[in-house]
Amino acid sequence: MSADSPADPTGGVISRDEVAHLARLSRLAVTDAELDVFAGQLDVILSSVARVGEVAAEDIPPTSHAVPLQNVFRADERRPGLDQEQALSGAPASEDGRFRVPRILGEEQ
Amino acid sequence: MTAPTLVDFDDVVARFDPTLGLEVHVELSTNTKMFCGCPTEFGAEPNTQVCPTCLGLPGSLPVVNRTAVESAMRIGLALNCSIAPWGRFARKNYFYPDMPKNFQTSQYDEPIAVDGWLDVELDDGSTVRVGIERAHMEEDTGKSLHVGGATGRIHGAEYSLLDYNRAGVPLIEIVTKMIPGTGDRAPEVARAYVTQLRELVKSLGVSDVRMDQGSMRCDVNLSLSPKASGELGTRTETKNVNSLRSVERAVRYEMTRQAGVLDAGGEIVQETRHFEEQSGSTRAGRRKETSEDYRYFPEPDLVPIAPSPEWVEELRGTLPELPWERRRRIQAEWGVSDEEIRDLVNAGALDLVEATVAAGAPSGEARSWWVSYLSQQANTREQELTDLPITPEQVARVIALVGEGELTNKMGRQVVDGVLDGEGEPDQVVEKRGLKVVSDEGALITAVDEALASQPDVAEKIRGGKIQAAGAIVGAVMKATGGQADAKRVRELVVERCSAE
Repeated sequence: MSADSPADPTGGVISRDEVAHLARLSRLAVTDAELDVFAGQLDVILSSVARVGEVAAEDIPPTSHAVPLQNVFRADERRPGLDQEQALSGAPASEDGRFRVPRILGEEQ
Repeated sequence: MTAPTLVDFDDVVARFDPTLGLEVHVELSTNTKMFCGCPTEFGAEPNTQVCPTCLGLPGSLPVVNRTAVESAMRIGLALNCSIAPWGRFARKNYFYPDMPKNFQTSQYDEPIAVDGWLDVELDDGSTVRVGIERAHMEEDTGKSLHVGGATGRIHGAEYSLLDYNRAGVPLIEIVTKMIPGTGDRAPEVARAYVTQLRELVKSLGVSDVRMDQGSMRCDVNLSLSPKASGELGTRTETKNVNSLRSVERAVRYEMTRQAGVLDAGGEIVQETRHFEEQSGSTRAGRRKETSEDYRYFPEPDLVPIAPSPEWVEELRGTLPELPWERRRRIQAEWGVSDEEIRDLVNAGALDLVEATVAAGAPSGEARSWWVSYLSQQANTREQELTDLPITPEQVARVIALVGEGELTNKMGRQVVDGVLDGEGEPDQVVEKRGLKVVSDEGALITAVDEALASQPDVAEKIRGGKIQAAGAIVGAVMKATGGQADAKRVRELVVERCSAE
């Protein structure tokens, strides 16, 4: 979360401003009323999940994967994919063999 | 927007210290994408090299391409990096339609290769050691085409069209450490680094590193600090600087622009800038999002990569001789100048000449054939030299035939033409085209006598001491023998016959 967001006056885990920031990053139009609701709900969720940290002792490393697997690779061999028509079949709009999307307001990443 | 005030370059370096940082993206030339089995070739019809995985369709799962990982490790090792014994991929979340998944699979805080260096040689022979911070694996994005608006740019466009053929192509991002202290040579150092990195990656055979096709792209980070202040200035990141010359120009431009802003009491804004190829200037892009805004987290669909020491050593064993060391060795072996070796490299002929020499040809002849006649043929046929349908072994055979006196140079060229036209091996072409030096002295003498008899006035001149007139007779003899005589020998015979009479 953005470091310069003001601290939440209610002392929760996530502030209303942070929720607004996340909504903007996700290009979601969230009303003021919704911000209040979501901030409260997300706060409950995050606080609940954070309780895991209370029982995780020093000797338990943070885990990202539930299965003890590593080095799963694929040979560099081609496999049939989709043709253009199939690829575009689910697109709301297409043109010249390409996916057509509304005007992009941001910049390229 | 008002035009920025640019400060004279010499003035900039007199008062400021530049600090450089370079990020280079290399697209790997693997058969398939990073996480799926789609092809990676440049220039295919849009959305024909896609599948559910690279289109981000529900239910699809990525699987890592082993060759891409090996290529990443080989690049890391060639740059003197350590290979991380364990690392994960991460999701870089952002909202932009060039990745249909809405995130890019990348490496974040666990890159596969860290902490290396590359010694960069400058034009005057001096060397700058550029530290390598990291090299990590990620995937390329799709290509957007902005429709409407004046210039095809994103601003003013009415809508955009997306081609996902490139989405998911393996990409290695190579990031330098900060490069301080280069002063007025900063533009040259930047260019030399990218040039040398390009050559190095090319020698590994893991990418075609074509900047014009985007398989190698460079972002230039630059900041200025007042001379000897010991402070570090705010940097800008100039994106997608896509030729070697542009790398140099982008650094130079940012130095002169930033100095102008600082002189006016302004502040440099940390931002992305775009390089304008036409004017050689940069323009402001978006304010940099913080890395927190990308909400990186470990990719749950891919398990960690943990290269064993044995695997790393095996890959280290596959590293070729460094291209510049190889060049120096070859240069010494062949006894050629810096300039000649550079011409060979620029003509893309070094490998071909080396292979021709390995096939038994003297280096001088091998060089000459590739650089002159074969380059001309490549030109005429609008092909790359390396794509010509003739092998170094075949060229070596032609050189041998000429060297043994079996063929004249001119015939040698005809044999090469025959090979290029698909007439078979050099010896078969010689056979089929009936190419053979007429070395039968009797036949030659007859031809010379006939030519002298048919041009009595020329013969008279030669007898009178005008040896240069012999050219006409030699020409006639060559014509009579279908160009199959050794012209030098014919000339000798003409002179002999005239003085004998």
